[in-house]
Amino acid sequence: MTSISSSPSPGGVRLQVRGVDKHYGARHVLRHADLDIEPGEFVAIVGRSGCGKSTLLRLVAGLEAASGGSIRIDGQDVQGLSADTRIMFQDARLLPWKRVADNVALGLPPGQRGAAAEVLARVGLGDRLAEWPARLSGGQRQRVALARALVHGPRLLLLDEPLGALDALTRIEMHRLIEGLWQASGFTALLVTHDVQEAVALADRVVLIEDGQIALDQRIDLPRPRVHGDAAFAALEKRILDRVLQKPGAEPTPEPHWPGVPAHGLRWAI
Amino acid sequence: MTGAVRELQAGAVLAATPDAPGALAAVQRLAAQAGRRLLPWLVPLLLVAVWQAASARGWLSTRVLPAPLDVLQAAWTLAESGELWTHVKVSAVRALSGLAIGGGLGLLLGLLTGSLRWAETLLDSTIQMVRNIPALALIPLVILWFGIDESAKLFLIAVSVFFPIYLNTYHGIRNVDPGLVEMGRTYGLTRWQLYRDIILPGALSSILVGLRFSLGLMWVILIVAETISAQSGIGYLTMNAREFLQTDIVLVGILLYALLGKLADVFAKVLERWWLRWHPGYQA
Repeated sequence: MTSISSSPSPGGVRLQVRGVDKHYGARHVLRHADLDIEPGEFVAIVGRSGCGKSTLLRLVAGLEAASGGSIRIDGQDVQGLSADTRIMFQDARLLPWKRVADNVALGLPPGQRGAAAEVLARVGLGDRLAEWPARLSGGQRQRVALARALVHGPRLLLLDEPLGALDALTRIEMHRLIEGLWQASGFTALLVTHDVQEAVALADRVVLIEDGQIALDQRIDLPRPRVHGDAAFAALEKRILDRVLQKPGAEPTPEPHWPGVPAHGLRWAI
Repeated sequence: MTGAVRELQAGAVLAATPDAPGALAAVQRLAAQAGRRLLPWLVPLLLVAVWQAASARGWLSTRVLPAPLDVLQAAWTLAESGELWTHVKVSAVRALSGLAIGGGLGLLLGLLTGSLRWAETLLDSTIQMVRNIPALALIPLVILWFGIDESAKLFLIAVSVFFPIYLNTYHGIRNVDPGLVEMGRTYGLTRWQLYRDIILPGALSSILVGLRFSLGLMWVILIVAETISAQSGIGYLTMNAREFLQTDIVLVGILLYALLGKLADVFAKVLERWWLRWHPGYQA
């Protein structure tokens, strides 16, 4: 496995999800989900909260085992954690007792520690190598987490709502950063997000999970780098968002009894 | 004339602001800083001064409470003859040996029960039951088992010091952020690396709290242990002086205990400052 800085990445993996079931006791989260991802594709998964998108990601990562069906990476069944797969979590999950450079070098063999500095420079934190994570802002911490994920030269990058806790401007900057690094390396990327705009900004395809199944597979053919205010961008975003909001959620909230709230009750789109 | 006075007053007001140039501002700042440093010492110094005056005037009998200067004199004499150092060394060795035994055992068992479920099920409730027996209540038993020599004192100190370190180590290990452990696993860390890089450092702040508690307990139990019977050490020094009504030496002994206790706490703080320097709570 080469590091991201030394040589061109060996490309992305082919991911095949076939008839995957996942249930926790009596609660079925995924029912017969099917998904195919080509090597080097960037796919975003959107859906309501609790729809199973993070669960699918964790199954692909090998953190949990599916109750049924199969998940294949390059034709091989997923069995536990893989050295070619890296995850970016919702919180940066940096080790607070290690400096930034040591965090990025986590798991690297001793000879390749120089790669950490290179990758940190590429995410714009080349001057903060010796900093403690507690001194960094949220966006900077996620950038360190991104560097840590990429320093191993992964062929599959899984992103579990990594930008949810960041402010809007930082999020847009991170979009550009992730897009640029993905284009340079060519790994397969799977992004779980509740933000449809983010999905349209980054992905080649946007996939909607509803009722435990893939309900929509929308190709995004916009040119890169994506322009946020573009008419085509906004149209696609509206189409997907309408589709997400179309079907009422499984448990609509009870009628609130205060004025100003619509009479039909509230539905949650995140 | 009045105009000049008014100007001077205005100048003094201006000089009171930190940005105003001039010697007056600098002097005021220094005075404020010195005041902040010295003010906490004002009350103790006043007390000592009143104490010295009362003893000198004869209001306070030297048998009840010797004058501070007498105490210092006694300390000086003991130091010169080398007696002071011998006793301090003996006491310190006793205390630290007890800490090493009890604390070391507490650390090991805490790591064991914190990390392995079967060890926790097997050992934890027993240890908690024993914890609730106050060590000092065991003194008669200890004398029966160990006699009145060194091992009795070491046993008492070790038993008392064991529990804070055990408990805090156990909780420290159990409360390591599971998200960090999961992250470590996905980044390919082996079990040993997980332990060394994530679990142990995560538990360290708790372990250090246990250490501070134990250091405090260590001295208290040492004092009691040395009163059971001793041939050397600060407790022996104090008890001997009491027999001969040398209250100034008794006070020297008490002050020594206080000083050593303070040193131990300072040491623990230094350890904390160094090992936990990444923690936002410990940064300037």
